[in-house]
Amino acid sequence: MHEATIAHLSEKLRDHKISSKELTTHFLARISRLDAKLNSFITITEREALAQAEVADARLKKGDTTPLTGIPIAHKDIFCTEGVKTSCGSLMLDNFISPYDATVTARLKSAGAVMLGKTNMDEFAMGSSNETSYYGLVRNPWNYEKVPGGSSGGSAAAVAARLASGATGTDTGGSIRQPAALTGITGLKPTYGRISRYGMVAFASSLDQAGTLTKTAEDAALMLQAMAGFDERDSTALQETVPDYLKAINGPWQKINIGIPSNFFDDGLDEENAELVRKAVTVFEKLGASIKEIHLENLHLSVPTYYVVASAEASSNLSRFDGVRFGHRAKEAKDLTELYMKTRGEGFGPEVKRRILTGTYVLSAGYYDAYYLQAQKVRQLISQDFARAFDDVDIIVGPTTPTPAFNIGQKTEDPIQMYLNDIYTIGANLAGLPALSIPCGFVENLPVGLQLIGPHLGEEVLLKAGHYYQKETDWHKQVPPVHED
Amino acid sequence: MLITREDVKKLCHLARLEISSKEIEDVSMKLSDIVDMVNELRTAETSSVLPMAHPLDQAQRMRKDKVTEVDNHEQYQKNAPLVDKDLYLVPKVLE
Repeated sequence: MHEATIAHLSEKLRDHKISSKELTTHFLARISRLDAKLNSFITITEREALAQAEVADARLKKGDTTPLTGIPIAHKDIFCTEGVKTSCGSLMLDNFISPYDATVTARLKSAGAVMLGKTNMDEFAMGSSNETSYYGLVRNPWNYEKVPGGSSGGSAAAVAARLASGATGTDTGGSIRQPAALTGITGLKPTYGRISRYGMVAFASSLDQAGTLTKTAEDAALMLQAMAGFDERDSTALQETVPDYLKAINGPWQKINIGIPSNFFDDGLDEENAELVRKAVTVFEKLGASIKEIHLENLHLSVPTYYVVASAEASSNLSRFDGVRFGHRAKEAKDLTELYMKTRGEGFGPEVKRRILTGTYVLSAGYYDAYYLQAQKVRQLISQDFARAFDDVDIIVGPTTPTPAFNIGQKTEDPIQMYLNDIYTIGANLAGLPALSIPCGFVENLPVGLQLIGPHLGEEVLLKAGHYYQKETDWHKQVPPVHED
Repeated sequence: MLITREDVKKLCHLARLEISSKEIEDVSMKLSDIVDMVNELRTAETSSVLPMAHPLDQAQRMRKDKVTEVDNHEQYQKNAPLVDKDLYLVPKVLE
């Protein structure tokens, strides 16, 4: 039953063919049997999961259900979950018990979803390989010597290895789409503001967006339905009504115009990856889409723009970790400054420190205009490139990543190489656009992702295109050979 | 080197972040690479471009000025490293 989609399991639960308790027990057993080597979970919440499954079964009996009632899912360990540790992959929060639920977790809970546990991630969501976690690296279920991508690497590996039906994630520069691509699953980053950020540990507030990691676009629609919508507690939550996503993706195919950015296919893109992406485009052509080449003029500046903006926001957001109110605190400090310095020196890992220092540098006197202000201006240009493209096309299609999953340890010593991994995903974050990654083939037994980028609030067209693509192909049905430990 | 060891020390003070003397060399090298990479931004012509601080082009929402949060300090302080009589304790600030 772990191979079934959420949509399929939901039907079986509502037809009383299985109970949520059976399903939950099955997934918990898989996790304890198979996760030791993958390391995709930081915390397994067995007690909570079984209690929630019981509540879900009572609801299913009464017929008081949503499509997620009784479905076992996992949460990235960046979302607060009342009474349960939220570590954000860091020693800094190793002792932090969430005093309340994030809006995302609260909404999924009230829809009846069952929480199996909290998944591993790059420390404070800073990384593209899940190698910066305080709790150790996560392995790619397709090949244990490869990274699963990051920062939502634990969520991606767990869903790919069928240890959870679906999982939540967050995407600041590609952190849902890139790991989804590298593990052969479907990852959705919605429009900025579509899902509340309340209770989600902040990295870069103008870029952070919660989303989903699932087997299919249809499952992404089901999870998004429960998570999306206005929230008074997030000043940047969008007030627009949430459409019926399931209805949207099941509607008849309408002819759409697809833009292919020529500069997504430059030297940096692996040739075999490129070939698979081109093949995927022909599937859309057969469905009746018209294809047009476009050019995103400032795309090459998206990585430097991102590393200025995201690091600046991170250095400000992470100043809250001071050893006074919560989290790690250094033991011996003779004064307040030393307490801050030591606490933060001990509590943060090397990548987080580098980003805080980069952010501090670009915001410091004498450099602010040259870096931070200039990056904000280039962000405007990148955003305008996308806006112009969407005058002519309905969605933009290209690769999610330059290469399939790389070796563990291959890029840890070279931050720039690691950062360049996100070259195709960062643009959507800078412009606040929704984007979806779906599996489109394999290179040497490693999955490759196809990225679909939509206009502002274009989740319906993205998910529908993904759903129709998945009706024509079976890349999303491929399951990695997960080994017993 | 774009970012010297001295620069790193200054940044660490500004960010209230201790790094060991062993780490300084590596941090200075990697920060230099990062700054070198972001220097590419200078090639963009932006004299007539408005800075974009945020992806949403909308006005800040206002709310009614009324109390909505209840007092949860006891629960929140359970996560605090050191508390006495509802107060967060820090090393002595005044002599």
